Amino acid sequence: MPFIPHTADEVTAMLRAVGVPDIGALFDEIAPGLRIADLPGVPDGLPEWEVGALLTERTAGDRNPTCFLGAGAYQHHIPAAVWQLVSRGEFYSAYTPYQAEASQGTLQVLYEFQSMIAGLCALEVANASLYDGASALAEAVLMAVRANGQAGRRVLLPRALHPAYRAAVRGIVARQGIELVEPGFDAQTGRSVLDGIDWTGVAALAVPQPNFFGVLEDVDALTDAAHAAGALVIGVVNPLALAILKPPGQWGARGADIACGEGQPLGIPLAGGGPYLGFMACREGLVRQLPGRIAGRTVDMDGKDGFTLTLQAREQHIRRAKATSNICTNQGLLATAATLYMSLMGPAGLTTVARQSHANLRLLCERLCALPGVTPAFSGPTFNETVLRLPGDLPRMLDGLLERDILGGLPLAEHYPELADGLLVCATELTPPAACERYAAALAELL
Amino acid sequence: MSQVPDTLRYTQTHEWLRQEADGSITVGITDHAQAQLGDLVYVELPAVGKALTAGDACAVVESVKAAADVYAPLTGTVLAFNDALASAPELVNQDPYGEGWLLRVSGDLPPDTLDAAAYRALTESA
Repeated sequence: MPFIPHTADEVTAMLRAVGVPDIGALFDEIAPGLRIADLPGVPDGLPEWEVGALLTERTAGDRNPTCFLGAGAYQHHIPAAVWQLVSRGEFYSAYTPYQAEASQGTLQVLYEFQSMIAGLCALEVANASLYDGASALAEAVLMAVRANGQAGRRVLLPRALHPAYRAAVRGIVARQGIELVEPGFDAQTGRSVLDGIDWTGVAALAVPQPNFFGVLEDVDALTDAAHAAGALVIGVVNPLALAILKPPGQWGARGADIACGEGQPLGIPLAGGGPYLGFMACREGLVRQLPGRIAGRTVDMDGKDGFTLTLQAREQHIRRAKATSNICTNQGLLATAATLYMSLMGPAGLTTVARQSHANLRLLCERLCALPGVTPAFSGPTFNETVLRLPGDLPRMLDGLLERDILGGLPLAEHYPELADGLLVCATELTPPAACERYAAALAELL
Repeated sequence: MSQVPDTLRYTQTHEWLRQEADGSITVGITDHAQAQLGDLVYVELPAVGKALTAGDACAVVESVKAAADVYAPLTGTVLAFNDALASAPELVNQDPYGEGWLLRVSGDLPPDTLDAAAYRALTESA
């Protein structure tokens, strides 16, 4: 098929067929204000070099601050090969090619992605990815309620879990008769507490690791408490942290039942909020309740390895109203990027990044807490983020830091009024000791 | 040609029923139904003690490319389900009236079920 715009003759023929005199008449039902017109600020066609000059001129005002802001999205080094390979036409197509006979490469990449995620989580199966971490958690909540339906329809989402994730879950499951309960956190340690929780009808407990404050939860105790009450456990994890932390599949006596999270730290750049990458893994016994796609490996008639989407009978085009979820696609390109990132880094590389991030955070804390009035908010152990209490006007200080090309962190007042003087700061392997020293020096001037 | 044993009762929706000596009723899907579905990969069955209402979906049989509801042919309570199908759903394909049974239900045999001749006529006209 030639991909050529309509010729004048074709346009005339089409207009004659539908019985209108010209293109304008075809669209006359659309109000004039809604039609494409001249846009102020967007010039008419320019030569390429003029566009280049214009962009250079306009980006001159942009600066490239050192980022100490995390809160669910993390700046890590991405080897150049990752996006060089992801951008190849075979992966970077307009639509995800899933016909098994035409797309063995894509299916194999997804199979490798699943295998690596399952390995990191120490769970038996993983899907081929979901939209992002928050929607993955919402799907995990729905999945847990389906799988543990006899227990009831209450789900515990601790307050120490990312506020945006809790809001997304609420938006997605609120109309499905699922009651969300938010256990609090210990003011000293920053860890979730289940004291006083009524376990009646609780289908699942979500356990963030690390939690939104960067604090490592006592995942073994939380997991065992939930299992003792007949609830399933959903681990909400940073996949990079799993390189050095105990994986969800090994939490407590029985392990978490489901794990999910945001795959952005695995080779996805910070890009104004997305697109990001959700992942999900579970015990094998729950595989029929697992939403989304699963790529499987099999052999063809000649005994050669082949890859195909499997367990499709869970999906809405076959089961309709009884489908496991409405998720019928995955974040293929970003899953490809994550797969390439993990393959290039290898287990040792991931461990190095995780350790370095943790070491840099410790140094950052040490330097900042040496300043007058700056104290850690919580005593619990951390991975690559933590909450500091700062004296004085937090927004003014963050503005001052930005003027010095430092993105200082996330103020917590909006989501946690009790932490109004709290600042969530993050370090990765890209915030080395020199950058931490610079942050401390800049903050000293502003206090 | 699919098998339609003379000793069983049948529904319009391709379930079979057999009254047992203890009064309970064994339920499965017919040879015709399993042949239409193709190779089964999963059977989802209700828990023991679940109350069934005649005509409501009570189980799901899945083949590689289709998932079909099994409708309760009678109102009653689930006494047992075929455990073997969890690891060997192909038993339904191999032996739909024997090893591939689905449920044992307490309740009365409904009067509006079909006899073998009527069911044979149904499948042959389809």
